[in-house]
Amino acid sequence: MFDWWESLSGYFVYSVIGLESKSAEALHFFIYDTLKIFILLLGIIFAVSFLRTYFNTQKVRLYLQKRSQLSGNVLAALFGIITPFCTCSAIPLFLGFMQARIPMGITFSFLISAPLNNEIAIAMLFGLFGWKITAIYIGFGLLVAIFGGYIIGKMKLERYVLIPINPIEGELEAVHISLRFDKRLREAWANSFDIFKKIYLYVIAGVGVGAFIHGYVPADFIARYAGGDAWYAVPLAVAMGIPMYSNAAGVMPLVEVLTQKGMLLGSALSFMMAVTALSLPEAVILGRILHTRLIALFFGIVALGILAVGYLFNLIL
Amino acid sequence: MKIEILGTGCAKCAALEKAAKDAVAKSGKFAQVVKVDDIMKIMEYGVMSTPGLVIDGKVVSSGKLLSIDEIVALING
Repeated sequence: MFDWWESLSGYFVYSVIGLESKSAEALHFFIYDTLKIFILLLGIIFAVSFLRTYFNTQKVRLYLQKRSQLSGNVLAALFGIITPFCTCSAIPLFLGFMQARIPMGITFSFLISAPLNNEIAIAMLFGLFGWKITAIYIGFGLLVAIFGGYIIGKMKLERYVLIPINPIEGELEAVHISLRFDKRLREAWANSFDIFKKIYLYVIAGVGVGAFIHGYVPADFIARYAGGDAWYAVPLAVAMGIPMYSNAAGVMPLVEVLTQKGMLLGSALSFMMAVTALSLPEAVILGRILHTRLIALFFGIVALGILAVGYLFNLIL
Repeated sequence: MKIEILGTGCAKCAALEKAAKDAVAKSGKFAQVVKVDDIMKIMEYGVMSTPGLVIDGKVVSSGKLLSIDEIVALING
C-alpha cells in the first residue's frame, strides 16, 4: 500500500539530496515512517471515532446490567474496544456501573479493556506492525481483560470500595442518541484532529529515535545486551512499560525498531500492553474511591496476565 | 438560568467551563455558570463520562467538549 511512498522517499534521499550509507538509511526510514504513520493514524482514529458516536457509556451500562459472570466479562471487554473512554472519567464510570448493580468484576473487565484498546494504540500498531499483530494484541488484550475481571469478581472485594454507593432504583433509562450522519462525521473529524494535535510531536520524536536506532545500532543489539530470549526479558519489558503510560504514540515506533534488532515479539507485546493497560494516573484517580489493596490487586492481576501473554508468545513464535 | 459543568478536574472539564462562560456572554442571556467537582453530586445526575453539561437541572451533554456555538444553541433551545 505504501510501496510507492517508500520508493519516492528513497529517491528523494539517495538521489536528490545525494546522501549515502547510514545517515541516508536513517533519514529515509524517518521520512517514510512518519508520513505513513500520520496517514494511518488519522484514518484509523477517524474510523474509530465515527463508530464511537454510536456508543456511549450509558448504553453500555444498560447492556451489562443483567449479565451473569463470564458472559458479562466478555461483553464488558468487547465494549471496551468501541466505547469512548478517558482515564479522567474512570471514577464516574466505576460508580455508575456499581450503582446499576453491575458486578465489580465485570466493571473491571471494562476498565482493563478500554485503555488497552484505545484508538491511538490500535492505529499505531496497525501502521507499524500490520493487521496480524494488531489482531493478536486486541485478542490477547481481551483475554487479559476478561480473566482479570473474572478473577477480581471471584475475590469478593466489594468491601474495598471506600465510598457508599446508592443503587439506582427501578429500570435504567435507555439513552437515545439521534445524531444526523453529517454531524457524526463532523464530530469524528473534530475528535481525530484533536487527538492528532496532541500526539504528532511524540510520533515524530519516536520515529526519529527509531530511525537513529534503525540506521546505527547493530542488528543483534538487543539479543547481545538486553537478553533477547532470557527469562527476565518479559518482566523487564513490563516494568519499563508502566511509566510510559498513555504514550503509545511515541513508544510504539521504538518497539517496532527494537523487534528488528532482536527483541522477541512476546516481549514487545507485553511492553505495549503494559504501556496502555497499566496506567499510573488511572491508579491514582481510582485511589480516591478504592482501597490501595484493591488497586494493587488490580494492577498485579493485569500485570500477571500481560506477563503470561509475553511468555506464551516468546515460546511459540 | 443555571448552567452546571460536571467534572473532577480533567483538561476537557476546564475547557468546557470556559466555553460555557463564553457561550453565556454570546447568547446575551442571564445565566449562572457553576463548576461541580463533587463526585457524589455528579453521580446524582447519572453522568458517567465527564465533562457533563447540565442546564437547569437537566443533563444535556456528557463526555464531550462542546463548541461555544453548540452551547449557545442549547441555552437558547
